[in-house]
Amino acid sequence: MSHVSEDKVKQLADMLRLAVTEEEATRYTEHLNKMVEYVKCLEEVDTDGVEPMTHAIELKNVMRDDEPKQWITQEQALKNAPDHENGQFRVPAILD
Amino acid sequence: MNFETVIGIEVHVELKTKSKIFSPSANEFGAEPNSNVNPIDLGYPGTLPVLNEEAVNYGMKAAMALNCEIATYTKFDRKNYFYPDNPKAYQISQFDQPIGKNGWIEIEVDGKKKRIGINRVHLEEDAGKLTHGGDGYSLVDFNRQGAPLIEIVSEADMRSPEEAYAYLEKLKNIIQFTGVSDVKMEEGSLRCDANISIRPRGQERFGTKTELKNLNSFAHVQKGLEFEEKRQAELLLSGESVQHETRRFDEKTGETILMRVKEDAEDYRYFPEPDLVPLYIDDAWKERVRASIPELPDERRKRYVEEYGLPEYDAGVLTSTKEMSDFFEETIKDGIDAKQASNWLMGDISGYMNKHQKELSDLEITPQSLGKMIQLIQDGTISSKIAKRVFAELVEKGGDPEQIVEEKGWAQISDEGQLTEIITKVLDENEQSVNDFKEGHKRALGHLVGQVMKATKGQANPQMVNKILVQEMNKR
Repeated sequence: MSHVSEDKVKQLADMLRLAVTEEEATRYTEHLNKMVEYVKCLEEVDTDGVEPMTHAIELKNVMRDDEPKQWITQEQALKNAPDHENGQFRVPAILD
Repeated sequence: MNFETVIGIEVHVELKTKSKIFSPSANEFGAEPNSNVNPIDLGYPGTLPVLNEEAVNYGMKAAMALNCEIATYTKFDRKNYFYPDNPKAYQISQFDQPIGKNGWIEIEVDGKKKRIGINRVHLEEDAGKLTHGGDGYSLVDFNRQGAPLIEIVSEADMRSPEEAYAYLEKLKNIIQFTGVSDVKMEEGSLRCDANISIRPRGQERFGTKTELKNLNSFAHVQKGLEFEEKRQAELLLSGESVQHETRRFDEKTGETILMRVKEDAEDYRYFPEPDLVPLYIDDAWKERVRASIPELPDERRKRYVEEYGLPEYDAGVLTSTKEMSDFFEETIKDGIDAKQASNWLMGDISGYMNKHQKELSDLEITPQSLGKMIQLIQDGTISSKIAKRVFAELVEKGGDPEQIVEEKGWAQISDEGQLTEIITKVLDENEQSVNDFKEGHKRALGHLVGQVMKATKGQANPQMVNKILVQEMNKR
């Protein structure tokens, strides 16, 4: 049974800026459908009256105080960047 | 055909917490590029965000001031998109459980009051700032990445560009009073997008909307919407249809220009942010935040009318900014006449600010010195005419009005003996006017008052001059 179409895979790849060949698209579509098929077993669980879970850990309200902290310098921030200019990251322009 | 305009507005407000919403880097405007960043902001693997409690408080405070219901259970979600202003390739935002919903604010256009609904207020992080170089490259500054934001989404309740303008003014006014943001469009701490559609009057279904971007001032929002309203009507009247598209306002031409057509619905693939645990906001927390909300503009406005007896108009102008309103309150603190203070603020002070393009805080005059100057007018030490000179000194150089009056010798002459002496001399020199007055030409009195003022460099007490002049002339 097909849950994810090949078109959908190509559309996702495009949104994620991933270059996907025809052959890969076919393969990923097959893989993704297998995963969805596997996860479908969850549908057998009766969830009537169960609140949706939004987090796996039963913790709430973990917060910090509003205190600014100097952490790294501009130089350190740019150190791993392939390219920078005037203290800023230089990236290929993406205009939409 | 007669059309009805439908407008909805999205506003982003930057919260002025000291640090960012999910990382401890400083949240400040105008710092060296990429100097307020850290591995969390830069989206390094292995880092985890931790929520800033104050950002929640500020967001809640704003939502409360906008009459929203506050969520008891809320959480953060990932909004996925790929763009270089966002190193993680997702923005932490709120999707189905915004911190506030179902709010409203009241606007007034042409004397008519109207409630505009607020659909939701949610917390999120800001993205970095891109500068497009034009050479195929862009420069990115991540200082703003992770700055706390609230997004305020209105209902599509506005029916004209004027209402949209009034909504924005009111929203800005309220947020400014809460103190959670500077709400300065020029610094980007308030940004807005507007959606507009038109439909034949009587039709219930909404028309196709267009979205306006690049709106750098409220005036541009209004102008852009006015242009769009006309453009859409022309399309429909010529048998064409409005396309769902994003348009940019061009401030030079006052027109809107097509940016992109929206073919598919945007797909941000939201899902709950696994790196942050949910929030449970109990009543005690809500009440704590509610108690921290200061008096808001509408309440102040009402109080100025009821308590100080100010006209509605004055109350409206004085509460149009928090700065002005606070200045006013500080001025009248020690029993200074409220109407006098209001007149100076709305008149000479606002005039000076407009002329010199200055903010109230840039001026040398303080509430204390203004109050003292008004006191000097009230107790007759200076005339209102001399007060204008004292004001000119105060606004430029500051200082103590009493000292200025003394140093310049500007105190009003209210000594009866001294005034009688001067008046006698003026009467001697103006026999013709005295005769005219005696023959019933009342205008002659004005001329004589003018002469006395000239002789005293405007410092004679005008009421006394009038009284003594008449007395002395009657003696002749």
